[in-house]
Amino acid sequence: MIAVHDLTKTYTGNTVLNIEHLEIPKGDSFGLVGNNGAGKTTLFSSLLDLIKPSTGYIENKGIKVNESEAWKSVTSAFIDETFLIGYLTAEEYFYFIGELRGQNKADVDALLSQFEDFFHGEILGQKKYLRDLSKGNQKKVGIIATLIGNPEVIILDEPFANLDPTTQIRLKKIIKELAANPEITVLVSSHDLMHVTEVCERIVVLDKGEIVKDLATSQETLKELEEHFNR
Amino acid sequence: MFKHFVTLQWKSFWRSASLTSGIFMKIFMGFWALYLMLVMAGGSFLVFSYVKKDLCLDPLQVINQFLIYWVVFDLIFRYALQQMPVINIKPLLILPFDKKKIVSFAFAKTIFSFFNIIHAFFFIPFSILLIVKDGHSAMSVMLWHLGLIGLIFFNNFLNIILNKKDNLIFFIGGILAVLGGLQYYGYFDITTYTTPFFQSLYDTPFTVLIVFVVLLIMVVFSFRSFARNLYLDAGLGSKSKNITTENLDWLDRFGKTAIFLKNDIKLIKRNKRPRTTILVSVMFLFYGLLFFTGGIETYEGPVWRIFAGIIVSGGFLLTFGQFVPSWDSAYYPLMMSQNIKYKEYLSSKWWLMVVGTIISAILASGYLYFGWEVYLAVLVGAIYNIGVNSHVVLWAGAYVKSPIDLTSAKNAFGDKQSFNIKTMLLSLPKMALPMILYAIGHYAYSPNAGYALVTIAGIAGFAFKDAVFNKIEKIYRTEKHKTLWAYKQKK
Repeated sequence: MIAVHDLTKTYTGNTVLNIEHLEIPKGDSFGLVGNNGAGKTTLFSSLLDLIKPSTGYIENKGIKVNESEAWKSVTSAFIDETFLIGYLTAEEYFYFIGELRGQNKADVDALLSQFEDFFHGEILGQKKYLRDLSKGNQKKVGIIATLIGNPEVIILDEPFANLDPTTQIRLKKIIKELAANPEITVLVSSHDLMHVTEVCERIVVLDKGEIVKDLATSQETLKELEEHFNR
Repeated sequence: MFKHFVTLQWKSFWRSASLTSGIFMKIFMGFWALYLMLVMAGGSFLVFSYVKKDLCLDPLQVINQFLIYWVVFDLIFRYALQQMPVINIKPLLILPFDKKKIVSFAFAKTIFSFFNIIHAFFFIPFSILLIVKDGHSAMSVMLWHLGLIGLIFFNNFLNIILNKKDNLIFFIGGILAVLGGLQYYGYFDITTYTTPFFQSLYDTPFTVLIVFVVLLIMVVFSFRSFARNLYLDAGLGSKSKNITTENLDWLDRFGKTAIFLKNDIKLIKRNKRPRTTILVSVMFLFYGLLFFTGGIETYEGPVWRIFAGIIVSGGFLLTFGQFVPSWDSAYYPLMMSQNIKYKEYLSSKWWLMVVGTIISAILASGYLYFGWEVYLAVLVGAIYNIGVNSHVVLWAGAYVKSPIDLTSAKNAFGDKQSFNIKTMLLSLPKMALPMILYAIGHYAYSPNAGYALVTIAGIAGFAFKDAVFNKIEKIYRTEKHKTLWAYKQKK
């Protein structure tokens, strides 16, 4: 589904990302871990054509992301709060995304109804703009918005950060369900090794922009990761 | 302690992401400021000699009559243009800085504001002339002058409070409007009361003391009110009020564009900063009065008519349009990763500007009072705005890379007004072309030929809309990554 070719990103002589080759097949649930500055967000941003790589290119569904925009209709992402429109209410935001993705209100409502317990009564019907919600609640909105319109690729940068424990557990369940769907490719980055090993079938470790580990998740993965980061 | 603030300011200026455009702008503004200073200084000589030689009156008494207007207009200009002292307050709050120090620094900054200094360029030469040429007592003139300085700074601090208290501005604005109205219709002449006051600044030495006592009270009051509001849940915090979800379904007939149109309307309705564009366009509507009433001599040339026409009908277009796409800077990454055609996105903005222009043109029908020729200029201006300027502002927008904080109004220290001198100046180039076109037609053949030329240019621009949009779209696409990067940088 996603193929990265000779991708590098250099800022003033400083290479922050250098991936020779990375293939993410359709239906994969892909976890990305790494310390701060390892290049996780840079990779996701170049995947979304939000930053221009210095060399190389990324293909999404066989489409070069920097040449055509056809991949956008099957890809959704939540990177940070810049993916939210602060002056909308949660409902308005969901409907807006829905309209962009060709979903009418009924479709969106049907989807949202599945996540009522995830929202915990703090999102819908709140009479508040998104900018006035707490960080955690903003995140909930952003994450659920990525599910609107049957995307085939879902990219979530640090989805667990800022969430309360209950919501983290519910989010894990949601991601696992997505991962089980062979039509959907999920890409998740996280600092929480436990969470990411739980929801992802494959885990890639980035260190200073390079892939240093590429593991299929098993019983030992968590231990191996902990050892890697404990050096 | 002040040293810290000064170095912080220094660094925030030189290290800001938009430095290059900032510097260019500053130089440009510098020239503008220089020009204003010269005008002020020159004005004081002109006024003095005009009153003395041509009217054979005492310049001091004449100016005392008009000083109340000076003070009032100073306040209005300040409210509209003067930026509040911006220093990044939040991180300083938990550091061992005395809150009083933070406020003192912010206040000290306003004292050196251009809005205070500019007055000196008029009144210092004027005072000197009074003493040297008119033989007024030096001591008295000095006291008079001091009193004026006190009043100017009174305005400075009053403006700081006004910027934070919306109720107060309605109160003061209301009083000014009522007094202005009474004055205009001749029921009540405020100057009969204020002239003796200004005169007494000269005559009785103690009046100056009153001014300074009032000034002091104002300083203490604004200082207290500022210091009290240095809490995250007070002046620095955000007020959230209950709001309702809106549908705006009736816009759906516009097809794909409607998605963005609905959003843009919410953008304008719900954010302080874009809301001011509406206010400004209303102000622009009245701008034509300066031209058509013959209020200002230089504006009486025929070419200025078309200039007025463009401004009157294009207030919204110029003020809103110049910040496309910066209005969406806060969530630009979202827009860029969604399945969005630039064309639909841009055409929504275009429609807004067109509708805004048409509404302005309709509201401007009041100018029919000055004759149909005047209104014709507005209509021709509207056509040119729709046909050409709407494209020009979108085009220029591709290169606009300064992020806009939609909610800056929340911040006690943030800049409240989006309408500033900078935005006004940048819209001037859009005026030059139609004026030139009109001039060609007017002087080569007749005024109507001038209007026709401008109209043709407007219609031609409209006819080539698709081609121009394709071109603009391409520019937006090539600028995309740079824009995304720039929007990520905080001010």
